[in-house]
Amino acid sequence: MTLLEFMPFIVLIPLIASGIVALLPGRNLPWLVTLLAATASAVIAAVVLPAAISEPALSYPFGNWPPPFGIEYRVDAANAFVALLVSGMAAITLLWAPKSVASEIHGRLGTFYALFLLALAGLLGITLTGDAFNVFVFLEISSLATYTLIAYGKDRRALLAAFRYLIMGTVGATFLLIGIAFLYMVTGTLNMADLAERLPELRDNNAVRAALAFIIVGMGLKLALLPLHLWLPNAYAYAPNFVTVFLAGTATKVALYVMLRFIFTVFSPDYSFVVLPLSTVLMVLAVAGMFAGSWVAMFQIHLKRMLAYSSIAQVGYMVLGVSLATATGLTAAFLHLFNHALIKTALFMAIGCVMYRTGSAKLDDLRGLGRQMPWTLTAFALAGLSIIGVPTTAGFISKWYLVLASIEAGAWWLVVLVLITSLMAVYYIWRVIEAAWFSERPAGAAPVPEAPLALLVPTWLVVALNFYFGLDTRLTVGASMAAADALLGSGAGLP
Amino acid sequence: MIDWLHPSLVLILGAAVLPLLPTGLRKAWMVLVPVTGLAVIFGLEPGEFGRVEFLGMTLVTGRVDELSLVFAYVFGIILVIGMIFALHVKDNVQHVAALTYAASALGAVLAGDLVTLYVFWELMVITSVWLIWRRGTEVSFASGMRYLIVHALGGVLLLAGVIVYYQTTGSIAFDQIEPASAAFYLILAAFLINAAVPPLHAWLSDAYPEATVTGAVFLSALTTKTAVYVLMRGYAGVELLMWLGVIMTWYGVVYAVLANDIRRILAYHIISQVGYMVCAVGMGTTLALNGASAHAFTHILYKALLFMGAGAVIHMTGKSKLTDLGGLYRYMPWTFLLFMVGAVSISGLPLFSGFVSKTIIIEAAAVEGRGLIYLMLLTAGAGTFLSIGLKLAWFTFLHRDSGLRPTEAPVNMLVAMGLAAVLCFVIGILPGPLYAILPAPIDYNAWTIGHVLKELQLLLFTGLAFFLLLGFVGGKNKIALDVDWLYRGGGRTAALAVRDRISATNARFRHKAMDGLSAWMARIKKRHGRDGKLARTWPTGSMAFWVAVLLASLLVFGIQQQ
Repeated sequence: MTLLEFMPFIVLIPLIASGIVALLPGRNLPWLVTLLAATASAVIAAVVLPAAISEPALSYPFGNWPPPFGIEYRVDAANAFVALLVSGMAAITLLWAPKSVASEIHGRLGTFYALFLLALAGLLGITLTGDAFNVFVFLEISSLATYTLIAYGKDRRALLAAFRYLIMGTVGATFLLIGIAFLYMVTGTLNMADLAERLPELRDNNAVRAALAFIIVGMGLKLALLPLHLWLPNAYAYAPNFVTVFLAGTATKVALYVMLRFIFTVFSPDYSFVVLPLSTVLMVLAVAGMFAGSWVAMFQIHLKRMLAYSSIAQVGYMVLGVSLATATGLTAAFLHLFNHALIKTALFMAIGCVMYRTGSAKLDDLRGLGRQMPWTLTAFALAGLSIIGVPTTAGFISKWYLVLASIEAGAWWLVVLVLITSLMAVYYIWRVIEAAWFSERPAGAAPVPEAPLALLVPTWLVVALNFYFGLDTRLTVGASMAAADALLGSGAGLP
Repeated sequence: MIDWLHPSLVLILGAAVLPLLPTGLRKAWMVLVPVTGLAVIFGLEPGEFGRVEFLGMTLVTGRVDELSLVFAYVFGIILVIGMIFALHVKDNVQHVAALTYAASALGAVLAGDLVTLYVFWELMVITSVWLIWRRGTEVSFASGMRYLIVHALGGVLLLAGVIVYYQTTGSIAFDQIEPASAAFYLILAAFLINAAVPPLHAWLSDAYPEATVTGAVFLSALTTKTAVYVLMRGYAGVELLMWLGVIMTWYGVVYAVLANDIRRILAYHIISQVGYMVCAVGMGTTLALNGASAHAFTHILYKALLFMGAGAVIHMTGKSKLTDLGGLYRYMPWTFLLFMVGAVSISGLPLFSGFVSKTIIIEAAAVEGRGLIYLMLLTAGAGTFLSIGLKLAWFTFLHRDSGLRPTEAPVNMLVAMGLAAVLCFVIGILPGPLYAILPAPIDYNAWTIGHVLKELQLLLFTGLAFFLLLGFVGGKNKIALDVDWLYRGGGRTAALAVRDRISATNARFRHKAMDGLSAWMARIKKRHGRDGKLARTWPTGSMAFWVAVLLASLLVFGIQQQ
């Protein structure tokens, strides 16, 4: 089998495995199979990435129906990079999963892990497919699975959060579908590459413009771009910890990828950025998101909610890179997409460890815990450095590129805004450190043991990755640049 | 295949593992790690290694040439000796701090570019301060804090200098720095702080006497000598340094004569001895630079030996003031003997190491025809002998019986001191190997009749003067004011009076402002707090509303354009 024939298995393995896992009895066996499936996907994705960077694009026709008639999987640097991120984060978070899931979900776990695999397969499918309608199908697969996963949360509010997410997510998916339908109506094709060839002739068609608007709003919803972020804080806060950890690292990232794919590949930037005031709209929303997210995070006392709002701010950074519509800006967006996944996963894992022992993620219940769970909270503090953007951490690298891109675009004021929001991050991370180390344990509180190694080891692994990718930037910067190039097309002119 | 192993990495990894080991194994590890590090250092081949690509810059983490090797060798040696000296200490924090501190000093010396240098420079500060804090007294905490603040300032200056340098030259390579931009002065200021050049020296005499007994050994060896190295690398031949150096030699000596705490006397002599090296860097001739390297090498060994001797006394008696000590030679004969080896080495007595290195610098001044410099360097040596070889030794170990009845220092301390003493002596009588590793080939013979006689005369007459004036030179239990008075002590008292005035007048104003601020804070918390407007969990309807708004505006914009 050639590399090309392997590639679809990134999606197929989790998809097929989910059917098997659903039937497996007990609690450990489903997890093991899930882990194997996710790892297999990640390995294939890791093998595919170098090929996708060096070659123009790998195309795999499903069922040997040649595109544009059949469904095509089309892999270039951009989606190979995202696929590696998603499958890799899935594998790592699965290592962390067993202890955490055991404390939150009772009974057999076959269904739970089957749903997890479905969500994973959906996300990977969205990433790899070259067919617009297929994107919608996989989006629904992953979304429906995700709603259910969130509803597994111990807190009864999880049900409401999942329901709200369901409504909003469906609105978003429907918008995407409407957009795709408009495109199909005027071009008669669903293949993205084919669409990209036919659309330039239809520059003045109102349906095409409406399609772009619908797709951007739909994906903006899934991406939690302010002001479409309202579903996210509750969904993250009340989902089981393992689900939060996984979603925080992957779901919004894939939504951003879809948005970029449509803006840059399907519509091409000299259409999207000209027809709609996209640069301005995205920049305003991104900056507003950076500020509003950080601002609210500064006052949250539920730490999972705090991190969720921080995620909204971080999405702002990514979209800010996109709004500059330059190669460096896109590179920054992709870098932050990758690095933020590492950062947030580490932070949520650390909070998950705390919740495993104390059952609470309230800031007040964290007081004085630094001495009783030093490894957990040190991990949190180190990952916190990364989200602030201290040099030698991954967070620094993406902010560095974002600042570079802003300067390159002549927008010095953006640099100032990025720095101010970084300072806000210092504040909300410091609150946790202050509570953990500089406050006394409340009188009468029971002593808490350190989190078990099964949780600590994966947490520290992700923390270590944060520092590794802060120092060795060859993989991340290289792949991000290649991804940006792939989206912009070789030498495509920009407005 | 690893063809290049950074010695700092070995030490840092060793330090990381150390706290995890059981007590028995830990002692073996404490010797094994520095010895391995030393072996790696001795295995270094000249060249540039360890290139790292970082944000479009090429960092060279390992530049090995003659100059960096001299310093790397002696840092490695002193780490072994210092760790043996600290073997009996049960505080892991100190051991880890010492190992990483030495690792970062090595990293700074091997750094081939300014960014790497900056990173290790800061790491040195962060790790070394623990060697002061772990003394555990209030004084040492305050003193460590001042040390940290001064060096943080130095770090900021260095960073600013590096950035300006990069912007003006487009290079981060660390070589001779030309006085073309502000970078020259910024970096120089940072280096001078670490070299303890008056008036930027007060951190040294403030902090080192308060450090832990074993930590002071590392402190005395590493920070200032790293500064000497970077000055040699970047500022060789800058005339200003020559004069600063000469002033340092005398400044240290004068204050040492006034001091009473035994380690404070030694600390002032670091300033004095580093003065010789800074002066030589300022002269910048090949002979002078060789002299500076040689003197750094020997100085590290004998100064560490002196600090170990003083440390042993403090460890056994708990006293550190000359006025409290005396007559210890009967109870600590080995310590006394080994301390004296260090004392005569620093004084430049023939047969010991100071003689073969200090005279090179003095000779360099003579060759250059700089009469005043020559004279001041030569006579400062008399002051050194006076306060260390005579005053310190006499009032600590001889003199009247102080009533203290300590026992001999632990074996590991004696072994460490013995190693250093042997090196001092061997280098003194066989300077050949030391001369062979100097940055440039050297044709110099310390053992001429002229040199020997000159030193002996100087020392003999100093000795004579000392015993004639014995009643006046003893330690007095007083405080000698130094520049640090400006930021503590007397200066503070003066400042306090002014502050009271100011605070009285502005208290009312601030009160009002604070009231306003807290009211404002309360309002913010109410509006934006946990359940503030932005953070509220909105009903699904309003979410849909925003979706509609955004879509509508995009569509309106899009279709309007036709």
